[in-house]
Order: sequence, then structure tokens, then C-alpha cells
Amino acid sequence: MSAAAREVILRRIRSAVEGAPEAEIVRGYRGATGERGDVELFAERVRDYKAIVHVVPRAEVAATLAEITGGRVLTVPAGFPSDMYAPSEGEPDGVVSTCAVAVAETGTIVLDAGPGQGTRAQTLVPDYHLCVVRDDQIVPNVPDAIARLDPTRPLTWISGPSATSDIELNRVEGVHGPRTLEVVIAIG
Amino acid sequence: MSGVFVGMPAFPKNAAKAVQNSQLRFNLRKATHTIRGKRAAVVGELDDWAELRQAGKTIKDHTLRNLDRYLVQLEEKVTEAGGTVHWARDAAEANRIVTRLVKDTGETEVVKVKSMATQEIGLNEALAEEGIEAFETDLAELIVQLGDDFPSHILVPAIHRNRAEIRELFLKKMAGAPKDLTDEPRVLAEAARVYLRKRFLESKVAISGANFMIAETGTLVVLESEGNGRMCLTLPKTLISVVGIEKLLPTWQDLEVFLQLLPRSSTGERMNPYTSMWTGATEGQEFHLVLLDNGRTSVLADKVGRQALRCIRCSACLNVCPVYERAGGHAYGSVYPGPIGAILTPQLRGMDTELDRSLPYASSLCGACYEVCPVAIDIPSVLVDLRAKARHSRAEKAGMAAAGWVFNRSKRLAKAQRFGGRMRRLVPKRLPGPLSGWTDTRDLPEIPAESFRDWWIREGKR
Repeated sequence: MSAAAREVILRRIRSAVEGAPEAEIVRGYRGATGERGDVELFAERVRDYKAIVHVVPRAEVAATLAEITGGRVLTVPAGFPSDMYAPSEGEPDGVVSTCAVAVAETGTIVLDAGPGQGTRAQTLVPDYHLCVVRDDQIVPNVPDAIARLDPTRPLTWISGPSATSDIELNRVEGVHGPRTLEVVIAIG
Repeated sequence: MSGVFVGMPAFPKNAAKAVQNSQLRFNLRKATHTIRGKRAAVVGELDDWAELRQAGKTIKDHTLRNLDRYLVQLEEKVTEAGGTVHWARDAAEANRIVTRLVKDTGETEVVKVKSMATQEIGLNEALAEEGIEAFETDLAELIVQLGDDFPSHILVPAIHRNRAEIRELFLKKMAGAPKDLTDEPRVLAEAARVYLRKRFLESKVAISGANFMIAETGTLVVLESEGNGRMCLTLPKTLISVVGIEKLLPTWQDLEVFLQLLPRSSTGERMNPYTSMWTGATEGQEFHLVLLDNGRTSVLADKVGRQALRCIRCSACLNVCPVYERAGGHAYGSVYPGPIGAILTPQLRGMDTELDRSLPYASSLCGACYEVCPVAIDIPSVLVDLRAKARHSRAEKAGMAAAGWVFNRSKRLAKAQRFGGRMRRLVPKRLPGPLSGWTDTRDLPEIPAESFRDWWIREGKR
């Protein structure tokens, strides 16, 4: 019975730690800075994961998207800026999305199912993921990202295309998630 | 803990066999040295690593000290967010709960994300007995499962298999594997992708573990690389997560420490490709959380040993261990191999078998594991403490008492040394009777004709 198990486990814990001294948490590490993250560093770190990265002025994002997606049919999640990308007809073979936050130091993009990001499945099942990151969404480090995010939303942290090192620790990009990750960073 | 590995001989026997396997030693050496280098590089990038490690250690200690309070808070938050929380005292109870939950959905197949906790409780075997087939979706776990094999590393369970062996296995056991399959890692990964894709899209039930649970918000966190985790966590209608009670963190903010410590320590990356975080029932899913004790509370009761519960399963200690590198993961006879396994397994299972009693000795006490541990578990100290707690033979106890008596007075020691020096040609390489246990695993040092002390006295007089 679950209720009995709950009581037994809680009782075991209480008797196990009885009399143990209280343990204080020490936080001497760099915390959130509240500053903007370095665009160049972010671009470099994303490239390190073998993702394709473009850094373009905001006004040129639409033209860049049109150019790099030529011939592809992409799923466009609700709330994606309509002036940036016009969906074409046909069977989609990829997805285009925005993001919630990006981390310069680790080259990470975080999706939180907000406008333009779709459900978690929408950016997972297709083999190609194109993500548009605004420069003001880039934060310096992990503590900054944690400070900005809302844990009650479903969050997906993405650092490069899916990969495995399970065979002789040889890194192979592209297993179950999108095998190609392309990132367009909009500056200005 | 579960029945896997039952009846295995003690560590020295397993290790003696493993070191004869040159292919295994080659695979392990290559793998552990590669990952060691990667880890050192990305850890070196952070100039506040020592402070992060200190924070990781103290957050875990604080959580363990107040585990009851935080578990209750977690339960409240998960329930508020539409999830259902179950409590399991041991492996059997956890397996019963999961089996019932799967049966309630009417399904007979489930997909699984790599999880140490479900390995520990032998969930796949328990489900199979009830007619439910569990499909491992992590590439290495799939390799282990297809080969009817045991995992040998926390992070890379198939580290003992090379590409040629994996190709053979896929051709023989993986339905629909292409006839012209080569042993290129890229081609093998592609074969697994194709094999599992349909399963992901059709499965109604998924079972996972979790790397972290946040008490403050009820959020669960899974770190992974391949995307099989995201597939399992998001696509099926029902998600069941089996998580050890020590995986808890008090606050959302605490994650900022562990999301830096874990990827850099385990895969040697600044960040792992994918991390999923969800709170309760998400996007229309049904969510069950099974909180697992299975010996953890008895580890918690041990003043020295309880620090093992800080472990975040990064496997950095395996990758630097000279014993693991030579003996391999199977020798430890547990899903938790290497230095952390040597202190965790005997504490979780108790030291009733010869194998579990031998594990605290599976170390040279060099301390490399402590140095790389991102939550500063003093593994050597726990090993020594467990050695003292293990049952010792009468002959060994008598020998130790005699040695203690001799070493306790310098005059006794000098006499013993002089006697030993004179008798040195007569000392056998292997001690007789029950004392052979000592010399079988150690080389007796050459006894010098004259002790250093005697030499000093003699030379000092000149």
C-alpha cells in the first residue's frame, strides 16, 4: 500500500538523520549577471557542436531564412513572426522555431513552448531544426538562463544536433533528434 | 537491490579473468583516456569550478539532512501539477507499482529511457514476467539488451563492446537490420534510428528515470544526448518516472550548479545535447512519479557512508580509476561499477555476499576518484570505513592484532626486523593456510638483510 510505504520511508529518513548537524549551502560560484551574452561567443560555441550558424542583422532575417530554406517545406509553429518566414505547401521535412533563452558560454538554446516554438514534439520529430535567436535573448551563463526561465513550462535545452558516443566513444551527430540544427542569430 | 548479477564470484576472481582479456583492456583504456582528456579541458574552462563543486556538495548535504521535508514538498507540487506520486520501499514494490500502472493502460509494450534506478531494481525482467516487453532506446542500452548482456559503465553501458561486435549483434538480433550493414559508428547509429523510430511514434507508455527533481516546483529533469529521451518523455500518452529519493534538489536555482557540474564531468561537454524539464502532467500526458528507497535510507543512516548519496551518476570516477580501467565494469557485479559502485553497492545491498564484501577492496586508495568527483564524495575514506565494517577471517584478525602489537613499540619492531632479516631466505612467497588469502592478492616485499634503523645507528656512529 502506497500510503504505508510513504510513512515508512519518511520515518526511516527521520531516524537516519536524527542528530545530524544542519548543513549550510555555500554559493561561492559566479551567479547570474543580469547582463547580455556575447553574440560571437554564442555563435562559436554552437558551431563547436557542429551546428550551422548565421549571424545577420535583424532586417535581413527574412531574406536569410528564404535563402537557406529554399526547396524545403518547414512546419511553422503558432506565433512564429509571419514577416520572417512564409510557409510553403507540401509535406514538411523540417521545422522553424524561435526560442526563449540562449546561453553564450555553453552554446545552448532553450525552448519553453512559448510563441513560435510549438509543442515539444514539433521540434523533435523532424530531421531538420532551424532556430531563430534574437541577440537580446542571449545570456552569458547557465545561472542567467535559470533566472530567466519559468520552470512550470515544459523546457527543452538544446546544445547542438542530437549525438551519441556509445560506440567506442566516437561522437556521431544525429541519432533520434533532428540530425541537422541550423541557427540564425538576429542582431541589432 | 535486484537479482541481476546474482551468484557472481568476488571481485578479485572477476578482475583476474578480466585483465586477461586484451580486447577489453584495449577498449577500456582508449575510452577512459579519451573522456578523461575531454573532461579536464572543459572543467579547466571554468575558473569557479572549485566553488561549483563546493556548492554541489553542500546543496546535496543540505537536501539529505532535510530529505523528509523536501520529499513531501515535491509530492505536493507534482500532485498540484496533475501528476501522481507513488512511494516504493524496495525494488519489488517499485516493480509492482510500475507493472500495475502499465497494465492499467492496457498496453503490453513500453519504451524506456536509460535509467540507473530501473536497472538497479531489475524492472525489465519484472515486466517481462508479467508479459510486458520493455524496449531500451538509448543506443548503448539497446546494445546491452540485444546482447542479453550486463551494463559495464554508468554512462556508456556498452563500453566493453567494439564496433565489430556491435555490427554482429545488430545483424543477428535487430529485426530489419540492413544486410549490408558496416561497422562504421555512423551507419550503426543510423540502423538504430530506423529500428526505434516506429516504436517511438507508436508507443503509448514510456518509463524513465530522472537526473534531478526540484522540490520547490515539482519539476523533473533528464539530461541526454541522442534524443531518445525527448522522444520517450514527450510522445507517449503515459509517462512513468522511477527516481531514487536522493535525486532531489530543494530549489529551481540549485539547478544552475548541477547543469554545470554534470555535463562537464560526465561526457566532457560544456552541455549535453538535450535536457528535458517538465512539471507534472505536461501537454496532455498522464504522469506518474515512483519515489524509490531500496536501501537508500539505510545508506543515509551511516555517518561516513551517507555521502555516497550525493552521487549524480556522472561516472568521472570510473574514467580515472586505475582499477576500473583494468578490471572493467562487469567485475563489480552491480549496475554501479567503479569507485562509486564499490561504496554504493555494498551499502545498498549490504555485505552479505562474498562479492559485496570484496568490493571495498577493489581500489588502490589512490584518491583520483575523490579529486574528480563533482560533489566531492570522499570515496577513499568510505572505502576504508567499509573495509573495517566487512567481516574478516579469524586468521586475518589475529595477524593484524600481532602486527599491531609489534608496531606499537619501537624495541619490539627492531627485534622483529632483525629476526626477519636473519630468516629472510626462509620466508615463503605464499603464506600457508588461511593466511594465503593475504598473499594471493599481494606480493610480499623483499626483506632486507638490515633494517633502515639499524643501518642509521651503525652509519651514524662514524
